[in-house]
Amino acid sequence: MSQTAVRASQAIETDTQLDVELRKVFKVYNGETAVRGVDLHIGRGEFFSILGPSGCGKTTTLRLVAGFEQPSAGEVLVRGQSMLNVPPYQRPVNTVFQSYALFGHMSIWDNVAFGLRIKRCGKAETEERVNEALALVKMEKFARRYPNQLSGGQQQRVALARALVNRPAVLLLDEPLGALDLKLRKEMQMELSTLHRELGLTFVMVTHDQEEALSLSDRISVMNEGRVEQIGSPSEIYESPRTPFVADFIGDTNLFRGRVSEFDRTGSAIVTDNGLKLVATPSGDWAGSVGEAAAVSVRPEKVQVSLYPPDLSVNCFEGRLQNVMYLGTHVHYVVELRSGDRLTVMQVNVGGELPALNTPIYAYWSTADALAMSAA
Amino acid sequence: MTPANPIAPAAEATPPKPRRWVGPWALLGPSGLWLLLLLVLPVLVIFELSLVPGIRPGDLVNPSGIDNYLLVFQPVYLQVIGRTLSYAIGTTIICLLLGFPVAYWLALMSPKRWQNLLLVAFTLPLWTSSLLRSYAWITILRPTGVLNSLLGAIGLPGLDILNQTPAVLLGMAYSFLPYMVLILYSSLEKLDRRLLEAAADLGATPIEAFWKVTVPQSLQGIAAGSLLVAITSLGDFVNPELLGGASSMTASRLIYNQFLGATQNWGFGSALSMLMILAVSLGIALLIRYGDGRPAA
Repeated sequence: MSQTAVRASQAIETDTQLDVELRKVFKVYNGETAVRGVDLHIGRGEFFSILGPSGCGKTTTLRLVAGFEQPSAGEVLVRGQSMLNVPPYQRPVNTVFQSYALFGHMSIWDNVAFGLRIKRCGKAETEERVNEALALVKMEKFARRYPNQLSGGQQQRVALARALVNRPAVLLLDEPLGALDLKLRKEMQMELSTLHRELGLTFVMVTHDQEEALSLSDRISVMNEGRVEQIGSPSEIYESPRTPFVADFIGDTNLFRGRVSEFDRTGSAIVTDNGLKLVATPSGDWAGSVGEAAAVSVRPEKVQVSLYPPDLSVNCFEGRLQNVMYLGTHVHYVVELRSGDRLTVMQVNVGGELPALNTPIYAYWSTADALAMSAA
Repeated sequence: MTPANPIAPAAEATPPKPRRWVGPWALLGPSGLWLLLLLVLPVLVIFELSLVPGIRPGDLVNPSGIDNYLLVFQPVYLQVIGRTLSYAIGTTIICLLLGFPVAYWLALMSPKRWQNLLLVAFTLPLWTSSLLRSYAWITILRPTGVLNSLLGAIGLPGLDILNQTPAVLLGMAYSFLPYMVLILYSSLEKLDRRLLEAAADLGATPIEAFWKVTVPQSLQGIAAGSLLVAITSLGDFVNPELLGGASSMTASRLIYNQFLGATQNWGFGSALSMLMILAVSLGIALLIRYGDGRPAA
């Protein structure tokens, strides 16, 4: 985690060398706005992910960079060059498609050679580069096969080789591992990470899988309803969410909504919601003002439960145990607070007997673990 | 249908095997009988007739050799066979050139909700009798016909193509174009458009993508459509007969003449028929082998 954080800060420092830039980009399809004013600055050599639920505009954003779509407003730049009216076949980017989109009528070798042949590369150079690309993804042995003779994971590797062989300025990956089963996905994640490190190429990946984004990326842009909610390193996104959407989408959380009622001496924002008084730490550099709509996020693993009232003056609430799930290493509780709010709790299993349903129970957490953010 | 239990109880002494065959036979029987009486038997009769030289109506059938087949090699008949083949090939090329753009537009560019209606519109000519269609062409193409009236109206010289090869090709291409369009459409409609995006992504211009992706991906459809049009053209009688005049004798017209025309040589007509059946069967075999979507190799 610390290593990615270091790399993320490096990427921000080398701000002068941007590979991909989106300036206030909008995309409207048949009256529906898929992308609403997206600004992205992706540094050279960065592994940048666009993360969001389906329909959030992330794939459209990638297609705007690839050139399959033209922005309705705003500008897309690759290596400082405006891509306005530049067709996909003239852009210095290559895409790994979610469906792989391999050419079924060509052998694996010919698939990988496609881009070089179009560019009229010499025969010797084509041969050398294709073999090199196939070796990079460990598919040399399959050069003479056809796509329908390969497994999903193998096709994925070929799709990678077919894009990389062109030595693009930016590699675009559209849900590259979405169609693979869990075990293969983990394996390919490792390989993507290795490839990125070895090639030093800018990767822009679209994914709906938060774990994938967190584990692979230098920086993540979380998108929702066509807008960028937050951009930051994986740890920033997870530990300091700026919006309730990000807090909720990345990992599980308990969200409370309300208004800022006052600030106490330590700078913690106090937010109330249907009678609950929560003391929370501002997330990131948020500086709310009294009366502002705000949300408080508390991760399930940060909540403690106890049958006896703990000696705490704040962030301690009484409720009833509504559900208990025994998960082996962990125990999952659902507690209904007196206010009617339902709280999800994840505790490490320390053994002993589990409390019965409907038992009165106390849920509490530290102020540092409750993050306050704007809910405007 | 007799109920046949495929899992016979163990207590039953005799295996129910023979009874299991009743079902399929009952289903295939009527059409099998139909084919036997109206296809297989006539073909066998034709084959027998083809072995009798110079037989005429009323003669005794006395198979005695392959003279009729050797007759085909006379230059005048070879010319007819050559013309028949060139008409079939010409019609196929015209249909492919005219049909591909239409099928491409229908499958990839036309508005989705109009697609079915447009397809029906394109196959509309198939709903009328081929005889009527040929007569319609006669009214259009004859020296005082619609075409020449139009050409005259805009100050162009008239065309006299009726009873010539161009009229036959026009009529045949018009008749068989819908088959080509339908088959190409169903092939192009299955084309994965993401492949075209992938080609563009890899640097291919739309024209390069067309030749390197669209055409190879629809090769099966092109082969199937071409074979179907070629086979149908090979056996076409109406268009050459009505639009072709005396100069465009084809194999089917020659056969007609041997049986119902002035010549009356059943033996030679039968031999020609056998050769046509052989050629068409070969085409259909190719169609089944290469035109069904399986990889060719």
